[in-house]
Amino acid sequence: MLETRISPGLLDVIVATDCGSTTTKAILIEKRPEGYRQTFRGEAPTTVEAPFEDVTRGVLNAFAELEELSGRRILDGERIIYPARGNVGVDLYVSTSSAGGGLQMVVAGVVKQMTAESAQRAALGAGAIVMDVLASNDQRQPHEKIELIRRLRPDMVLLSGGTDGGTITHVVELAEFLAAANPRPRLGRNYKLPVIYAGNRDARQAVAERLGAKTELHITDNLRPVLERENLGPARTEIHELFLKHVMAQAPGYDKLMSWVGAPIMPTPAAVGAIMLTIAQHQGINLIGVDIGGATTDVFSVFGGTFNRTVSANLGMSYSISNVLAEAGLPNILRWVPFDIDETDLRDRIKNKMIRPTTVPQLLVELKVEQAIAREALRLAFEQHKALAVGLKGVQRERTISESFDETPSGGTIVDMRRLDLLVGSGGVLSHAPRRSQAAMMLIDAFQPEGVTRLAVDSIFMMPHLGVLAQVHEEAAMEVFVQDCLIALGTCVAMVNQGKAGTPAFDYELEAGGGVRRGSLAVGELRLEPLAVGQSAKLTATPARGIDLGLGKGHRLEATVHGGVVGVILDARGRPIVVPEKGRAETVNRWAQALNAYPR
Amino acid sequence: MAHAYTPGLRVTERATVRKERRLPIAGQVLVEVGAKVQAHDVVARAELPGDVATVNVVNLLDITPAELGQHMLKREGDRVERDEPIAEKHAFIRWLGKTVARSPVAGTIESVSSITGQVLVRTAPRPVELTAYLDGTVVEVLEREGVVVETHGAFVQGIFGVGGETCGEVAVVVDRPDATIGPGTLTDALKGKVVVAGSLVTSEVYERASAIGVAALVCGGFHDRDLRRLLGYDLGVAVTGHEDIRPILIITEGFGPMPIADATFALLKAHAGRRASANGATQIRAGVLRPEIIIPTPQAADAEAKSDIVAVGLTPGSRVRIIREPGFGRIGVVTSLPPGTVRIETESLVRVAEVKFPDGTTATVPRANLEAIES
Repeated sequence: MLETRISPGLLDVIVATDCGSTTTKAILIEKRPEGYRQTFRGEAPTTVEAPFEDVTRGVLNAFAELEELSGRRILDGERIIYPARGNVGVDLYVSTSSAGGGLQMVVAGVVKQMTAESAQRAALGAGAIVMDVLASNDQRQPHEKIELIRRLRPDMVLLSGGTDGGTITHVVELAEFLAAANPRPRLGRNYKLPVIYAGNRDARQAVAERLGAKTELHITDNLRPVLERENLGPARTEIHELFLKHVMAQAPGYDKLMSWVGAPIMPTPAAVGAIMLTIAQHQGINLIGVDIGGATTDVFSVFGGTFNRTVSANLGMSYSISNVLAEAGLPNILRWVPFDIDETDLRDRIKNKMIRPTTVPQLLVELKVEQAIAREALRLAFEQHKALAVGLKGVQRERTISESFDETPSGGTIVDMRRLDLLVGSGGVLSHAPRRSQAAMMLIDAFQPEGVTRLAVDSIFMMPHLGVLAQVHEEAAMEVFVQDCLIALGTCVAMVNQGKAGTPAFDYELEAGGGVRRGSLAVGELRLEPLAVGQSAKLTATPARGIDLGLGKGHRLEATVHGGVVGVILDARGRPIVVPEKGRAETVNRWAQALNAYPR
Repeated sequence: MAHAYTPGLRVTERATVRKERRLPIAGQVLVEVGAKVQAHDVVARAELPGDVATVNVVNLLDITPAELGQHMLKREGDRVERDEPIAEKHAFIRWLGKTVARSPVAGTIESVSSITGQVLVRTAPRPVELTAYLDGTVVEVLEREGVVVETHGAFVQGIFGVGGETCGEVAVVVDRPDATIGPGTLTDALKGKVVVAGSLVTSEVYERASAIGVAALVCGGFHDRDLRRLLGYDLGVAVTGHEDIRPILIITEGFGPMPIADATFALLKAHAGRRASANGATQIRAGVLRPEIIIPTPQAADAEAKSDIVAVGLTPGSRVRIIREPGFGRIGVVTSLPPGTVRIETESLVRVAEVKFPDGTTATVPRANLEAIES
């Protein structure tokens, strides 16, 4: 844990910023009789790039908007006023940053599915974008590896490999390739590339001999000391410290910003991960969070206390929108579009958004197209997440009789949609969807939750702010998260297998506020039962023969469901959701109408 | 946000353009401050480290890494020729001969590892030359790294391009910015030229231009399906410039048929016959880079004052272009900027501008969908 300079007991007024690649978002948090509340927010364009080349300009502009809206004086010229007295000053300023492309890393390990995958998890969990994963067995020729390392200009390299006491040959070979490539860092011409070695401890000296002179080498504990255990903490801490010491120090204006903050600046995704883990631990739940931005989509999950994060570096809604088309393919996007559209026209629209990424849909048809693309971006990012959020591979374990019948192999994904309690969405296309039911539909269609799952969106994307605040003052961060951060959309109740379209799916009873609502759904149908924010209801659902609501075919489901701004969504479309080719537009329209998603 | 609109593309008759020309690694600068240079002149030179080839000597000789040293015929730093023996092992019984490990490339022994048993051989450095790109004057020398070349002239930014740097004479083959051409319009006389080709270039036109050897095609719009055909893949992220294509492509407005903006077309037409430098490189993320056409003109030397137009927020009277449907490409004048937010068709609440068009009609447009015209 990095040292902070603040005593949490004395904090009444907190200001936090997230310096994103395009926008710097500031929020004000104040202590009220009912607890800490987020009270005002301001934003301004980020100023890392020319002509300003000083991140603090954007921060000051965002503060100025906060001052204007809140009436609180935060700045004396270009200096933050400490401490808070009346309507002047603040007690703490904290910040996260993903400006300038975030933290870009290359990771390397000996076996692709073992140490290299652990290294990838360590880097992603620390908030990095992983540019490439090198492994001794990745099928690339040595000269290709060397050329790749030379061409990619990462901010940092994480080198791992081997268990402690095992063979050192392969990890030393990776060090030799790294030395031969002599890579240069992305930012700054006059400093050496930071390299973290977190592999077999017996190879430390040999690695140091090869990389000590050519790189800024830091040695930390092996992230896979034995095959059966990952030890990602020390490598993540080292990444975070080097991020501040080297990467941030090279970015324009960050030296000044670092002198302003009361706690170390965190990479934005690391802060989001921190708050998600805190929430999952406090509430004892499994959760998935997603943040879909213009350039990248981050997915976070906590299952059984295990945290995982992935970043899909080229899946996003503006800069990377065209890549969603390239990766998903046109038919997959078209299946969510509730009208017929010419392929050439759709392609041109997507490219026009890419080259003018700050534009917004003005026509309803354009909104529907963007939301169709968002479903695919989210789906692809989630696929990538499931592939990395896995148990340790290469580990021998005893299997129970029931596991023997289970098809999940060793090292299979730990993301289990039937055990998922909460799905949280954030990012413009979800948080700013004109109707909340649109956000709910995008989340359900992309993630396809099974059984009973609560849905929420981050109101104004303040999870980064709360994540960095949690490092200093967990109580304040938690209170704001519960009161102001999440907007409950409601609960999704979904069948988990497939049935014949039009045949009975399940009957349900919803007991709330002294009344009972009853209904029946056919396979392929979607229905909304209103249930307000803060209300809960007892749901009893009786599936038809062969239909599974998550407890096995034909097993009755009884659960407490929670309301939200959308309500309780009963989903009998089956899993996976199949959009029929014939009558596609009518079907997608019918689903949208069931949730009152668009104006008629 | 106060400035929720897209700064416009620069289209200007008189600009002072400075280009930093930097070697990928330190090298030798060949010109001095004050030198007059042509676009094709080499201004700096460097040697890129050669490729590395690996030889797994321990496997080839069936020895352990610890024994490697005693079998090596070459040491670190030694020069070797292709197929030259670098290590050998005699058979236990001498007359059975010996096993030899040879270098797969000509170069220098970079390292001999007693842990991995690998020998790395680096090939000879590859020379890289940096051209001036512009007809102009060297105004600064970046010691061992490159130069800054300055020129004065017309400057046009496009919205998106493909392909790297080129130069050639400007030729305009359409009468109007909204005209389109067929392949037959392009003649062999256009070889090596920067050709302005109207509102839409199709695959057929591009292929004809390529066959002729046109240096660059400039157009209002291009279909994405044709871009896919041209590149051979779906372009995912707008980072371009490295494509090895000829002609390079510079799109001034967007995807789909779109007339070239009047100001852009008029400027290019006025400079037909002059030599231009053009670059299709585009990067829309983190440090926006747009494709460009630079046409040096001696009379533009007094352009300093006009060259650094700083984008300011929209104000009533600002000339703007709509950059999203409905009305994509229409040009008008901002008549008012209503305070607060307005609910648009999607039901989103956004900040808007009232825009009046030359035909007298008006529209309410999200400010995010307006591009200021800076000329």
